[in-house]
Amino acid sequence: MALFEARNVTKQFGSLYALNKVSISVPEQSIFGLLGPNGAGKTTLIRIINHITGPDSGELFLDGRKLKPEDVLSIGYLPEERGLYKKMKVGEQVLYFARLKGLSKAEAMRRLKYWFRKLDMVDWWGKKVEELSKGMQQKVQFVTTILHEPKLIILDEPFSGFDPVNTNIIKNEILFLRERGATVILSTHNMASVEELCDNIALINKAKTILEGRVDDIRMQWAGDEYEIVFEGDATLSGNGNISILDRQFENNRSTIKFKAGHEKDTNLILSEAVKRGKVISFNPALPSMNDIFIRVVETRS
Amino acid sequence: MNKISIIINREYITRVSKKSFILMTILAPILMAALIILPTVVMLNQEMDYKKIAVIGDEADLFRGVLKNTKTLEFVYLDGVNVNDLKKTFEEAGYYGILYISSELVNTPNAVQLISKKQPPIADLQYMENSLKNEIEKQKLMAYNIENLDEIMKKVETKVSIQTQKIDDSGQIKDTSTGIAMFLAYFGGFLMYMLVFMFGAQVMRGVIEEKTSRVVEVIVSSVKPVQLMMGKIIGIALVGLTQFLIWVLLTFAIVGVLKTTVLKDKNITEISQTVPQNLMDKDQQAAVQEQMVQTSSQISEFTKMFESAMNQPWGLIIFSFIFYFITGYFLYASIFAAIGSAVDNETETQQFMLPVTIPIILALMVAIGTMQNPESSLSFWCSIIPLTSPIVMAARIPFGVPAWQLILSMALMVVTFIAFVWMAAKIYRTGILMYGKKTSWKEMWKWLRYSG
Repeated sequence: MALFEARNVTKQFGSLYALNKVSISVPEQSIFGLLGPNGAGKTTLIRIINHITGPDSGELFLDGRKLKPEDVLSIGYLPEERGLYKKMKVGEQVLYFARLKGLSKAEAMRRLKYWFRKLDMVDWWGKKVEELSKGMQQKVQFVTTILHEPKLIILDEPFSGFDPVNTNIIKNEILFLRERGATVILSTHNMASVEELCDNIALINKAKTILEGRVDDIRMQWAGDEYEIVFEGDATLSGNGNISILDRQFENNRSTIKFKAGHEKDTNLILSEAVKRGKVISFNPALPSMNDIFIRVVETRS
Repeated sequence: MNKISIIINREYITRVSKKSFILMTILAPILMAALIILPTVVMLNQEMDYKKIAVIGDEADLFRGVLKNTKTLEFVYLDGVNVNDLKKTFEEAGYYGILYISSELVNTPNAVQLISKKQPPIADLQYMENSLKNEIEKQKLMAYNIENLDEIMKKVETKVSIQTQKIDDSGQIKDTSTGIAMFLAYFGGFLMYMLVFMFGAQVMRGVIEEKTSRVVEVIVSSVKPVQLMMGKIIGIALVGLTQFLIWVLLTFAIVGVLKTTVLKDKNITEISQTVPQNLMDKDQQAAVQEQMVQTSSQISEFTKMFESAMNQPWGLIIFSFIFYFITGYFLYASIFAAIGSAVDNETETQQFMLPVTIPIILALMVAIGTMQNPESSLSFWCSIIPLTSPIVMAARIPFGVPAWQLILSMALMVVTFIAFVWMAAKIYRTGILMYGKKTSWKEMWKWLRYSG
């Protein structure tokens, strides 16, 4: 079931469409990648979900009901450009934002302590935000986003500015939040993290949704007729007219061959041909990376 | 509502706990009290500055003994001394200066010279001029051979000092002093200007800070923009009121303490003891007597000034000051908030600041004019029109303002400030989330008319 749904959302700035009948559907307890090139309209959609601005037309649903202004309390939003008071102390600041989200002081404190310990931030409590590094500030912002345990968490570029260690920590926290029942909308240009984290994606380009679905399905779909076969020892698949070899590598006594199936689509036939040539270790469709798909989709459509 | 109070709380606490706030709050009343007390203390002490002056006449020596010694001036009449010789040595001989009086003085006003190393104080010059003038007038009168001239002169001699009194509506008379009223007018008008401008600008800076740091995106996803704006405006207003009330209390406390300690010491008997006792002849003693009367009348003038200061309608002054501070502040702070929301950084505010600054500066200038002439029609109109009334009315109140004018001005103020807050909220709501676009007045007018 979809926790969040947007139907035909349109937003215009003057004669320019920021969103043109965009629809997305975010399944409950999943991580949803909201992708698209710069200026595609992602941030506008996120702002509409957060009631920062309103759509010109279209409908939004949370939990099957129409999205109401009060629902912002069950949404956690990490904006792309971080927003923290520079002169305010970290602890006071997170407490302030938590209370604005409707938490009582005692409850906010209890959760704060938990998260500050978990993310190794306890020493920062009395420091001013401006004394922290960019990555540290981002951790603070992350905690303010999730502290009120929102049903829907919207993260706009959550990894920018993080070192690999902290990126990993935050990735694990995102997965942990999903385990606990949260639904996450992740807007990012980091395609590796999309493959790693996202269950579903929607790709927006020039104000329209041009690709939507499960990440696995999309990659399969875009794999087309490309496969990868690995032999033990030096072996090869000769082109018998049915296939065309794209790439062949021999490394560590293993031959990796990428090929495109020609008119013969039956993978069993190809495989039975292959086993005659040597010992097959693996046979897979060659899945394109999300990065390749992104570039191909955006370039062909424009 | 609860959210607004959380925002107010943050705005208030972060500002009040700043070092600069604490410093300002404590130092300002000390400076203020010093400003009130210091002139009094200085006036009481400066007369200890004692000067000895050598007086030289020409052959006729018409003015010997005319200049009587005072508490601070001693005149020594020298015979057979050459002025030019003395010029070189008078300082070593302990003289402040040489007063050379020619007999021609009777006919030529400038036939008298005071030679000294330093610029002599005006009060001393006036004393010498008056004494000589009186003597010449006396001598001229004597030339008419009027009988009993001395007696007539004694009878004719008069002194005038206008005592001002103010009648309130119930017909009660209170001693006031125009000086105090002027001081309060100036002080009130200026303080209002400072507070409205200072705290209004703080609102603007706060809004810009939230916009540029994008904090506003995080907050606006929790509360309505209007709540954020009102929370900020109210929070800073409370900071202003806190500061003002502490100032009032501390100033009164310090003045009170200083009044009882410093001024009580300086009573008349003590001052009379400081007068040189070695004055023998009767004329001089009379002069001393007169001096003492003068000093004591000065003292009583100070006490009177204090009483007059305490006699001001403080309740009304403080009440209306707070009223005009709150409404005037809300009016200007909402304009400042709207401007802050429309720009991307502080330098961009320039183009919007000028039209806002003009009425404030105008009000301040009218307020200063009000001190000279509280009843002028310019002062009247500016104290009724809402954009200038907070500052001008603050300056008018110590002089007394008819009730209907005050009520009219306050009513207009309330209506206007509500209208301005409403308009500002509409501009703010749109502007706060607009980035990278140069905003114009036209643009803001468009935002104002957006619905919903």
